[in-house]
Amino acid sequence: MRIGVLALQGAVREHLEMIENCGARGEAVKLPSGLNGINGLVIPGGESTTIGKLIEKYGFSDSLIKLGTSGVPVFGTCAGLILLAGRVLERRAPTLELADVTVKRNAFGRQVDSFEQDIRVSGIEDEDRPFRAVFIRAPVITEVGPGVEVMAGLEHGIVMARDRHYLMGAFHPELTGDKRIHQYFINMVSRACPGAA
Amino acid sequence: MLKGGVIMDVTTADQARIAEDAGAVAVMALERVPADIRAEGGVARMADPAVIEEIMKVVTIPVMAKCRIGHFAEARSLEAIGVDYIDESEVLTPADESNHVDKHQFKVPFVCGAINLGEALRRISEGAAMIRTKGEAGTGNVVEAVRHMRAITSEIRRLGTLRDDELMAAAKELRSPYELVVEVSRNSELPVVNFSAGGIATPADAALMMHLGADGVFVGSGIFKSGEPGRMADAIVQATTHYEDAGLIARVSKGLGEPMKGLEIGEIDKENLIQFRGW
Repeated sequence: MRIGVLALQGAVREHLEMIENCGARGEAVKLPSGLNGINGLVIPGGESTTIGKLIEKYGFSDSLIKLGTSGVPVFGTCAGLILLAGRVLERRAPTLELADVTVKRNAFGRQVDSFEQDIRVSGIEDEDRPFRAVFIRAPVITEVGPGVEVMAGLEHGIVMARDRHYLMGAFHPELTGDKRIHQYFINMVSRACPGAA
Repeated sequence: MLKGGVIMDVTTADQARIAEDAGAVAVMALERVPADIRAEGGVARMADPAVIEEIMKVVTIPVMAKCRIGHFAEARSLEAIGVDYIDESEVLTPADESNHVDKHQFKVPFVCGAINLGEALRRISEGAAMIRTKGEAGTGNVVEAVRHMRAITSEIRRLGTLRDDELMAAAKELRSPYELVVEVSRNSELPVVNFSAGGIATPADAALMMHLGADGVFVGSGIFKSGEPGRMADAIVQATTHYEDAGLIARVSKGLGEPMKGLEIGEIDKENLIQFRGW
């Protein structure tokens, strides 16, 4: 099974390592041609304006939208969540508008307001065991469409959700060594393409 | 999350906008870029908070600002303004020739310069959340950036080859805390990100530093001292992402106009070298 990680900027290597730890093959994707034949895609955290601009520059938008609408599972974390969101408050760069959620950027404030917190993420393995979530200038989901499953929330808003084959997290699950969320995504990919080993 | 990105020095809100539009992951708010500090001389201090605040208002990417080495009162002021990172920087005139800021006492993260692994580990031990190799700021000459990045990565590789009973001697040699030396030896990497800074002036310079193991780059005078800052900024961002793609780097380097003029390191008097500030 081949999982791409959009490698324009951000925590690319950490996601690749988590994917490999879950037993799948991770591939850094730097140009649209790298999306050919992948079974799932992770859009990592980074600066959403930077990633958004590079997506536009290399003509990634159409390929990413085509990938998503064809049913290939996509997991967006932090900046990746912003890029997947259908609606973004105070948007600075173009997004893909694939998932039925509304997102607020920098919802917790500036860098000094970054924090780590144990949260409960429903649906992952051993879901009652807390997941250590790292929030770095994180966005939140402020509204979701009718079909969206809310998986985790804080008082500020929703921090993890799934809309069909789009998985979205406001925090950085690649930084703590806990692979349950990546495993959840890999399982989504396995179900979407039973043929891929 | 700044990894794989470019952090640009800016002195005005307009420059900050150009940097954000080009895809910078953060900006460093300054009164003067290092090339001007070098040319004009005098004591270089923390920037005017009004300038920093104006820059914070116009961009949504993180804003960093510099305090003098050891000047914790400047650092407290920057923290009060709400900057996203403080750079305890040798580019400004040091305020303390023995002690750096005790960065554990702050909520805001710090980035600090280093020319070798020992210096990097001392800064991390004081609480730095990010390291940048110093290079020689304001010269547009990448040679010192290369020297410092190679020094740190090769020292990390060497630590990885040592036996456990050799690590105390290594800590003594590096003048660094033993626990951090053990950690680096085990993981073969620093416990924080390490960017490259000081002399990067072209897209190929940025790509070179990424090849040598940088997690990202700081570009100081190289952008706004070039003939066409917007295009230079854009090209350096692309070269940093695609550092392994030689064709792309050649393409984005075409017709960028005048890069900053630059300085030969040998022509700078030893006492005017910025990289030896910090201890």
